[in-house]
Amino acid sequence: MTIELSDRVKTVPPSGIRRFFEIAEERDDVISLGVGEPDFSTPWAARDAAITSLEQGKTSYTANKGKRELREAIAGYVADRFDLGYDPGEEIIVTAGASEAVDLAFRALVDPGDTVAIAQPSYISYEPGVIFAGGEVCPVPTKEEDEFRLTVDGLEDAGAADADLLVFCYPNNPTGAIMRESDLEPIAAFAREHDLTVLSDEIYAELTYDGEHTSIATLPGMRERTIVFNGFSKAHAMTGLRLGYALGPADVVGAMNRIHQYTMLSAPTTAQYAALEALDSCEDDVREMIDQYDRRRRFVLSRFREIGMDVFEAKGAFYCFPEVPSGWTAEEFAETVLREQGVAVVPGDVFGEGGEGHLRVSYATSLGDLREALTRIEAFLEEQA
Amino acid sequence: MSEREVLESLRENARYSAADIARMTDLEEDEVEAIIEELEAAGVVRGYQAVVDWDKLEDERVRAEVELNVRLDRETGYSDIADRLARFPQVTALRLVSGDYDFDMEVEGDSIREVSQFISEKVAPVPEITQTVTHYVMTSYKENGIELGDGDEDDRLSFSP
Repeated sequence: MTIELSDRVKTVPPSGIRRFFEIAEERDDVISLGVGEPDFSTPWAARDAAITSLEQGKTSYTANKGKRELREAIAGYVADRFDLGYDPGEEIIVTAGASEAVDLAFRALVDPGDTVAIAQPSYISYEPGVIFAGGEVCPVPTKEEDEFRLTVDGLEDAGAADADLLVFCYPNNPTGAIMRESDLEPIAAFAREHDLTVLSDEIYAELTYDGEHTSIATLPGMRERTIVFNGFSKAHAMTGLRLGYALGPADVVGAMNRIHQYTMLSAPTTAQYAALEALDSCEDDVREMIDQYDRRRRFVLSRFREIGMDVFEAKGAFYCFPEVPSGWTAEEFAETVLREQGVAVVPGDVFGEGGEGHLRVSYATSLGDLREALTRIEAFLEEQA
Repeated sequence: MSEREVLESLRENARYSAADIARMTDLEEDEVEAIIEELEAAGVVRGYQAVVDWDKLEDERVRAEVELNVRLDRETGYSDIADRLARFPQVTALRLVSGDYDFDMEVEGDSIREVSQFISEKVAPVPEITQTVTHYVMTSYKENGIELGDGDEDDRLSFSP
């Protein structure tokens, strides 16, 4: 017999990157620019704090919403860095990665038949998350001519005015786009006018290379309708420790916590100790990593332009999003350059509408590897010419 | 500011080409070359050297950290003593330090005997030097900011969202 899977799961296809794994396995000299996580290890002080907590036997559950001390540290950090004011008692929940927080928000806010507008191209988990929660997805494509920023025109064209929720991620994975305060203001006005709840994934907030990040929750009338996601994976290089958090109005955070307490109980305790130390003492490590990313970013953008591939000026996260040469689809180009030159990049269409014809290139890898990868892509283009 | 950026790049890896530094800093290649020349001419950049893990080589390389105490008088200051010591090619680093002793001196040689002879015959007899304490390096774990262990292996998946 076969066990019948749920319709919800059956409607979500497996990740489009899967097939590329197998091709990458065939070569032993692959340089991967396909990685969505830092190449740095977690700052040593944070790892050391995690080890010490284990030595001290601190391995029990914590409060559902996370250790009080950590929530207080998060409140202090987001107030300091992003001008976000949240009460550690009622308005902050610590989760197993920002991904869990996003999932909790969908499950807490989406009823069957509700529509969730998603700015695309985007991180690949939002759409499945909405479907698992029983909602309908309304993709909102962003365009290269707008530097992949969300615009009111784009929202209107996609029919997002009728949606219940709006999800976006800036600085953006996969494009590296950012949105400044002046870009966010019209979006905030649109959300207020059409009574949209906003889910703002700000996991890359620290990684902006031209001015400071602005959270949409700081704009007038937005705090009460916005849930902000952040975490330790990117800026603090803690992906495998799985620690994120959500900030939002007390009733929403309370609802998310109701799901979290029955499903996750509490975020990993060891990771919470690491996170506490990360906020306490790792600011210099974070700054050092950001400096490195910025230098690699400029290097990669320069090289793509030198070899004749168009790429818009990505100013955030650790991705750039070059166009494939004419005559290629993104998928064909990515597959061929992987097979023939051993350079792994992700075709942009994996990330939804608006990503076609582009490649996500991660510069979270050493400068030596970036240099070699770009040399190989250059050789590939010359062979094709 | 751009001078600082170029300097930081060189400190990270002195073999970066001017073209690569230009790409990283948004400067022109000839601007980078000019900055490097200025840094060298002004004596800010004094040289470029490889960071070597001697344990990986067959050839023996003996290194020692030597604590030196000195006695000054009206005619002799720290810099006079330092000048005299720094001229020896065996001395690879020499610093005046705070604490229980005056100079921290690094010495290299091909054998323990060679280094010991150098300390006893060339350093200890200097009239102002009142005491030497020699520590031979047994294992080095980090040099010039570079860890010599196996480091943290990159075991990331080749693709992740």
